[in-house]
Amino acid sequence: MGEASGSIYDSLRKKGVSRRDFMKFCSLMAATLALPVGGAAKIAEALEKAQKPTLVWLEFQDCAGNTESFLRASDPTVAQIVLDLLSVNYHETIMAPAGKQAEKSLADTVKNQKGKYLVVVEGAIPLKDGGVYCTVGGRAAIDIAREVCGNALATIAMGACAWDGGIPAAAPNPTGAVGVKDAVKGITLINLPGCPANVVNLTGTVVHYLTFGSLPLTDSMGRPLFAYGRRIHDDCERRAHYDAGRYVREWGDEGHRKGWCLYQMGCKGPETFKNCPAQRWNQGTSWPVEAGHGCIGCASPHFWDTMTPFYKRLENVPGFGVEATADKFGAGLAAATAAGLIVHRIARAAKKKSSEEEGK
Amino acid sequence: MRAVENALQITIPDNARLIRNIITGIQYVQDHTIHFYHLHALDWVDIVSALKADPGKTSDLAQSISDWHNSSKAYFAGVQDKLKAFVAGGELGLFANGYWGHPAYKLPPEANLMAVAHYLEALDWQKNIIRIHAILGSKNPHAQTYLVGGMATAINPNDESTLNANSIAHMMQMAKTAKEFVEKVYVPDLLAIASFYKDWAGYGAGVGNYLAYGEFPKDNVSNTDNLFLPRGRILGKDLSKVHPVDQQKVAEYIAHSWYTYPDGNNASKHPYDGVTDYKYTGPKPPFEFLDTDKKYSWVKAPRYEDKPMEVGPLARMLVAYASGHERVKEVVDASLKKLGVGPSALFSTLGRTAARGIETLVVAEALQGWIGQLADNIKKGDLRIHDNSKWEPSTWPSEAKGYGFHEAPRGALCHWVRIKDGKIANYQCVVPSTWNASPRDAKGQRGPYETALLGTPVAKPEEPLEILRTVHSFDPCLACAVHITDVNRKELLKVKVS
Repeated sequence: MGEASGSIYDSLRKKGVSRRDFMKFCSLMAATLALPVGGAAKIAEALEKAQKPTLVWLEFQDCAGNTESFLRASDPTVAQIVLDLLSVNYHETIMAPAGKQAEKSLADTVKNQKGKYLVVVEGAIPLKDGGVYCTVGGRAAIDIAREVCGNALATIAMGACAWDGGIPAAAPNPTGAVGVKDAVKGITLINLPGCPANVVNLTGTVVHYLTFGSLPLTDSMGRPLFAYGRRIHDDCERRAHYDAGRYVREWGDEGHRKGWCLYQMGCKGPETFKNCPAQRWNQGTSWPVEAGHGCIGCASPHFWDTMTPFYKRLENVPGFGVEATADKFGAGLAAATAAGLIVHRIARAAKKKSSEEEGK
Repeated sequence: MRAVENALQITIPDNARLIRNIITGIQYVQDHTIHFYHLHALDWVDIVSALKADPGKTSDLAQSISDWHNSSKAYFAGVQDKLKAFVAGGELGLFANGYWGHPAYKLPPEANLMAVAHYLEALDWQKNIIRIHAILGSKNPHAQTYLVGGMATAINPNDESTLNANSIAHMMQMAKTAKEFVEKVYVPDLLAIASFYKDWAGYGAGVGNYLAYGEFPKDNVSNTDNLFLPRGRILGKDLSKVHPVDQQKVAEYIAHSWYTYPDGNNASKHPYDGVTDYKYTGPKPPFEFLDTDKKYSWVKAPRYEDKPMEVGPLARMLVAYASGHERVKEVVDASLKKLGVGPSALFSTLGRTAARGIETLVVAEALQGWIGQLADNIKKGDLRIHDNSKWEPSTWPSEAKGYGFHEAPRGALCHWVRIKDGKIANYQCVVPSTWNASPRDAKGQRGPYETALLGTPVAKPEEPLEILRTVHSFDPCLACAVHITDVNRKELLKVKVS
């Protein structure tokens, strides 16, 4: 395989990354992206040729949780991403300059690389009252988003807030907060919901782009299928306990101490589509269900309004078979009615437990 | 969590207390270290100057201050080569438009190279040690196992799906790794860098009043006299007396904040009766300046007995020092001695940054102890993690109120909740950056950031590196903005704080 001088692999090699580590990274990415056999080799081949793309990272109404998630990247590490894989030209939290010099880095990128750079947006964008509820350097977030995302090759909305407004948009949404999809129309956008999004899925999206020259396939809500195509409940390590009707009924009870199913404690795994069970968090160390707490559905639309109360089963939606609803939802057929339809519960369990009071 | 537990008078099991201490503890260690290397170091370290360093001399310097294993000439030459390759690539990314070559940078090239090497090492290290959060909290960031009444982290030494001997051993190992890095890299670097910037012990003092609610309960959290980091206030930089803390004496002003109170612009309110009715009266964006004679901030102005207070690691270390906390006293005194300065140097930008490192060491040392106590409890057969007695809202009184304090890494935090008929009737948070970034109150008293910046020398007004040093030394909440004003109260420039 030929290595283009100045390519990403070339840059990694010069900095002492071994071929072995490079291939390990490619394999991990192929697994994340659920590529068929030969996927790793394809990624490796592409990275040997690809030049470093430029990325800018915007923060609006956010808590920097996605930035923190980004800093936990392990394969590749954040240092490799920032120094080798990408040219990250603007990121308020971790960049060296501040104030006018920082804004210059952003303005230069938009001007000199128009149509060629990637944008990650973290945080919601308030539209009410002329956008006064979030300004950076005196400019309204919406103004910045329109300019920077509007001139980008593609935008990645990272986390619940950038996706659909997240917690700032939760009822009563005092600042008129929305996600990128509703703030800036007509752009190429990929959504990575979650609170925060897992960095593995950010890296996966970027590598997909570097490898195939396109963004990964998404559902109708713009979420990449490789990360949001499967229901948590279906891949859950506690699924066998669910099928057998073995439930945790009180925190710390015998079932909890034996790793039984958290459905009765309000787990939203049955309603939520994300690759948490497979990818887990922090280098595969754990994820909410493994640690003993149910899923809170943070990758679901408007989850603060639709997935609460976190510790109760959600009301059933009449007229929809439960698993069918969830499946349609995941395939994106029900996107328009997503907010309403996301609430449901599992028919199977309801039948099995129909004589028992639910909603613990 | 603690606010609701306080309102409902719930005592969490000892294991839950320890799990929370461990989660908070490793958070301090990771967060403070990231703050030092990745959010603050470049205010003191000139990366470009590191290109000129002699790797051999860098190695000598590193070995003279620590026995950390990565200290050979070849190691530093390797880091320098990476840096050269990066710069030669022409895409400086995050490091473009930095203040490189600014006259306020004082480190020799060798110290700059050492710091760049540790910037990269710390980036790698932090993601590993924070896995303690994943074990106990499910993930980092945004741990998800906190419950009113305890934790959802089930314990069973005879089950592989729960917290067990393996997880304890794993956490012990990470805590050890965490402590070693702090001892051998962070603290030596901090003292070495500080020794070139001793003049910064003369700038950035701030309001001189310090508030710490205290953290890491040794038993029931309601026993506030028995916290590992003690509670207290220091007033007027006087370390001879530690004043008590009573949450009832906290109140918030909105005279210069974009909110309204029903009882007028100059009123103050205790958080139990707090009101958050926003009303923006600032300029229409885009704008260049804010008029600080009017309202100019989204941050309210919290005051303790009408005084502005600084919160954070410096406040905690001063309260601990003045309270006679043995280990804190030892580390503070040793650090002051090494730098050849007295305790008054603590009241400064340099003191604030040093206190953060000192606290990191003290907490890193305590971590293994908490993990050990958790193991001891399990050994004795205590597997309790949650008090279920008030889990169902039907068990609650029709009305209740409570407050929950916490020392977040960046400072004192308290939540106040009023509960009515099983629902929240009012919820108010006064968080660390509300204290530190507070605008003026109804009496015109400035908050800590504003006061700390008065008198800061700025060599090149268009490259306000010195301003960043002081503002960053507080570890501002990332999403906050800071507005800089000169003595004529005319805003010179806005600095985005990162």
